Amino acid sequence: MATHESHKKRSGLMDWLTTVDHKKIGILYLLAGGFFFLIGGLEAILMRIQLMEPDSKIFTGELYNQLLTMHGTTMIFLAAMPIIFGFMNAIVPLQLGARDVAFPYVNAVGFWLFFFGGLLLNLSWFLGGAPEAGWTAYAPLSTVAEDTGVDFYVLGLQIAGAGTLAGGINFLVTIINMRAPGMTFMRMPLFTWASFVTSGLILFAFPALTVGFFLLMFERVFDANFFNPDMGGNILIWEHIFWIFGHPEVYILILPAFGIISEVVSTFSNKRLFGYSAMVFATVLIGFLGFMVWVHHMFTVGLGPVANSIFAVATMAIAIPTGVKIFNWIFTMWGGQIRFSTAMLFAVGFIPTFVMGGVTGVMLSVPAADYQYHDSYFVVAHFHYVIVGGLILGLFSGLYYWYPRMFNRVLNETLGKWNFWLFFIGFHLTFFPQHWLGLMGMPRRVYTYMSGQELDGANFVSTIGAILMGAGTIVLLINIVISASSKYATTKDPWDGRTLEWAMPVPTPEYNFAQTPLVRGLDALYVEKTAGNGEMTPAEPVGEIHMPNGSILPFILSLGMFIAGFGFIYANWIVAGAGLGLVLITMFLRSVIDDHGYHIHKEEVEADIKGGRA
Amino acid sequence: MKKWLQKGRFLSLFAMLALLLMGCGDPTLSALIPQGEVADKQFQLMLISISIMILVLVVVFVLYAFVLLKFRKKKGDNSTPKQVEGNHMLELLWTVIPILLLIILAVPTVMRTFEFSADAKPASKNELSIKVTGHQYWWEFEYPKEELITSQELVLPADTKVHVELSSADVIHSFWIPSLAGKTDTNPGDKNKNYMWFETGSQTDVVYKGKCAELCGASHALMDFKVRVVSKEDYKNWVAGFKAADDKSSANANGQQVFEKNCLSCHAVGQNGGNTGPSLTGFGDKDRVAGILEHDKENLKKWIKDPQEVKPGNNMPKVNLSDEEIDAVSDYLLGLKLK
Repeated sequence: MATHESHKKRSGLMDWLTTVDHKKIGILYLLAGGFFFLIGGLEAILMRIQLMEPDSKIFTGELYNQLLTMHGTTMIFLAAMPIIFGFMNAIVPLQLGARDVAFPYVNAVGFWLFFFGGLLLNLSWFLGGAPEAGWTAYAPLSTVAEDTGVDFYVLGLQIAGAGTLAGGINFLVTIINMRAPGMTFMRMPLFTWASFVTSGLILFAFPALTVGFFLLMFERVFDANFFNPDMGGNILIWEHIFWIFGHPEVYILILPAFGIISEVVSTFSNKRLFGYSAMVFATVLIGFLGFMVWVHHMFTVGLGPVANSIFAVATMAIAIPTGVKIFNWIFTMWGGQIRFSTAMLFAVGFIPTFVMGGVTGVMLSVPAADYQYHDSYFVVAHFHYVIVGGLILGLFSGLYYWYPRMFNRVLNETLGKWNFWLFFIGFHLTFFPQHWLGLMGMPRRVYTYMSGQELDGANFVSTIGAILMGAGTIVLLINIVISASSKYATTKDPWDGRTLEWAMPVPTPEYNFAQTPLVRGLDALYVEKTAGNGEMTPAEPVGEIHMPNGSILPFILSLGMFIAGFGFIYANWIVAGAGLGLVLITMFLRSVIDDHGYHIHKEEVEADIKGGRA
Repeated sequence: MKKWLQKGRFLSLFAMLALLLMGCGDPTLSALIPQGEVADKQFQLMLISISIMILVLVVVFVLYAFVLLKFRKKKGDNSTPKQVEGNHMLELLWTVIPILLLIILAVPTVMRTFEFSADAKPASKNELSIKVTGHQYWWEFEYPKEELITSQELVLPADTKVHVELSSADVIHSFWIPSLAGKTDTNPGDKNKNYMWFETGSQTDVVYKGKCAELCGASHALMDFKVRVVSKEDYKNWVAGFKAADDKSSANANGQQVFEKNCLSCHAVGQNGGNTGPSLTGFGDKDRVAGILEHDKENLKKWIKDPQEVKPGNNMPKVNLSDEEIDAVSDYLLGLKLK
C-alpha cells in the first residue's frame, strides 16, 4: 500500500491504537460491539436458564436483577449501537465516495470513549456487583441503592454516551459535506440516509440522556435531591428525561437496520428500491415522530387521560411510515430475481418478524389496554421482536453482506444458512410464547415464578428457543474463525452490487478512491454497469491525496475519562482530578501540536492504479 | 421452493403447538379470562386491536409469500428485471388504508382511556374506596370509610365498583390484578398519587392473584398479593369481624407474650401495634405466609426464623428467638382468626 517517507507507518497493535482510518475504526467498533454482544447474550441465556422451571433458585433476586440490568444495558449501548457505528464507519464514506469521515480524529475519540465506558461498566461485575435497577434505572430504586453498581452504570454510560454523541455529529457533517460530485441527497443509498437520520436523532436525544445522567450522578455522588420527594424532588423527572432519550434511541437503533435491509433487498432482487423517495421520506418522518411518543412508555405512571390519548395517537401514526417501508420492500422484490444468499435470508426473515413486532407495537399504543400489557412479558416479547427480530437480523444481514468489503473474505454460505435457521427458529421459539406469558399475568423482570400459575410450559419453550439462538450465534463465530484463518478470497464485487462501496478493488485502498468518482444517478455503480462502463467515471485527475496522521491521543484522552470515572465512583477526588487532568493535557496537546497530515504522491497513486490496487 | 414450503409448515405447526401449550392461563391470574367491567373492556380492546392487526398481517404475509415463491431467480435466467421507480397509486393505497384502520382503532382507544380515569376518585363517602400503599415487598390496604388497615389480602364485595388511591412508602411499585384490571404505578411522594377504579365481578368466594409489576428490588418477583371477592353480606361480616378483633383473639398466652415483646413495635393486631410492617389482624384466615408461601405452620416458622432466606432484601429483621418461642408465636399468629 502506498506510503510516504514523511509519514511514520505504525504496525501491529500500535497501528490499531492510533488509527484514524474509518475502515479500521469500523472494524474496531465491530469487534468491541461483537464482544459485548456475546457477553449480553450469555447474560440472557443465564436468565432463561433460571426461568426454565418454576421456583428455581440458581440466582436469587439481587444477582438476577444485575443480570437483567446488564443484559439490557449491554445489548443497547455496548452491542447494538457500536455494531451500527461499525457499519456506518466502514460503509458510509464509501457509499458517499469520500476519502474518510469529516473528522477522523474525533472518530477515534468516539470509539475509544465508547470502549472505555463499556469496559468501566462491565468491570462492576468484579468490583462489588453490577447495577441492579434495570437499564431504565428508575429513581428512587437507582438512587437509594447502596452499593456502587448504579455508579458504574452512570459513569460508564456517560463516558460511552459522549463517544456516541461525537460519532453522531461526525456522521452528520460527513454526509452533508463529503458527498462526491453528483451524489445529491436524493441519490444517496438508503443506508447512508438512515445513518444520516440516526445521527440527527443522536444529536438531539443523547444530550437529554447526558443531562439525566448528570442529575443521577449528582444525586448519588453529591447527595443532590432531584428525584427525592421528601426534599421537594420528583421521581417523574427521571422517567421523563430517560424516555425523552429512550424512545428516539429505539429509532436510532432500528433506522440503520431499515437501511441495511433496503440495500440487501434491492441488491439480491436485482432491482432498484421501489418508491425510493417515499422510503427516504418515511425514514425522516419516523425519526421526527420518534421524539413525540415517549409517554407511551409511561401510560401507567398516572399522567392522565389527555396526555395518554395524545401520545397514543402519535404512536399509532408511526405505524404508517413503517408500513410504507414494509410494502416498498415487498414490491422491490416483486418482479425481481431473488437470490437467497445468507444476507438475503436474514433480510427476508426480518420482514415478517418486524411486522409482528410492529403489530404488537400498535396494540401497546392503546393506553387503556396497555394497562394490562405494560411491564408484563408481553412488552418483553414486543421489544425483542423489534430489536432482535428487527435490528439484530438486520445487523446479521449487513454482516454477511459487507463482510467481503470489510475483511476481504466471504463468509461461508452453508454455515451462514445454519446460522440463520438456528437463530431464526430459536428467536421465534423464545419470544412468541412470551406474548402469552404476559397476557397470562407474568410481570417482567421477575427472577422466579411460582408453579401452579400455568406459566411453566411457555417458559420452558422460551428457554429452549434461547439455547437455539445461542447455538446459531456459535455457528456464526465458527464461520468467522474459519474465514479469518483462510486467505483473502473475494472479488471486489461478490454480490453484483449497485452502490459505490463495491466500486473499488479489495483490499480497499487506505484512501478509498484513487480518484473521486462522478455519481450519475441513484445506485451509482449500477448506472455505470448498465451504461457498459462497469466502472465509475472519475470526477478528477489523478493527484496528490491528503491523509490524516494517526494519533495515540484519542486513546489517552479516553483512558483519562476512564480513570476519572473510577474517581467519581469511589468519591476519590485525587483520582478523579488526575483522570480529568490527563484529559485536559491531551486536549491541550491536540490544540498546540500542528499536525498537517501527509500526502500520498501522484506517482504512488498511479502505481497503485496500474497494479490494480486502486 | 422446498425450503419455503418447509418454513410454512413449520410456522403453522408452531402456532398450533403454541396454542395447545398455553391455553388462556390461570383463571385467577390471566388477563385473557377477565372478570368485572374494567378487565372485560380491556379484553375487548385487545380483541379489537388484534383483529385489525391480523387483517394487516394476513395482507402482508400473503403478498410476502407470493413474492418469495414467484420471483426467485431461475437457473440460467440472466435477464435484467425491469427497474421500477415506484407506483403512486399503490403508495397512496398503503398510506391511506392504514390511516383509516388506525382511526377505527383510535376511537375506542381514546374513549376507554378517558372512561378508565373518569370518576376514579370516589364521589361520595358511601362508595367503596381503598388506599393502596406499596412497600418493599408487601402491600398495605387501608379502607378509610371502614377505618381499618389490612395487608397482603384485599377483601372485597362482589359486583361493586372499587375506587383505589395509590402511593408508595419507598420505591415505585405497580398494582396489578390481571383478572380485574390493568396496572397503575404506586409512586412515592404526595404529588404523584394515582387513582384508578375497577369492578369486582359477579363471582364470589374466589381469590384473584395480584402482582407488583414494576421492578422494585431484590424480591420484586415475590411481591404478590391476593384479592378475595366475597358476597356483599360476607363482606359486611368480615368488616365487623375485623373491627372486633384484638390481640387476644388468639388463645396462646405464651405466643402472645413473645409477640408483644418482639413483634408489636412493627406489626399491628387489632388497634395495637406499629405500622412499619404489615398488619397481622386476622392472620390465621389469610391465604399465604409472607405473600408467597403456603399458609401452614412449617412455612411460618421458616419465615420468622430467617426472613431474608424467603424474601431477600426485605426489611423484616431476623429476630433472635429460640425455637420454642418461634413455635409459640407461630401458634399464636395462626390462631388470629376473625369471628
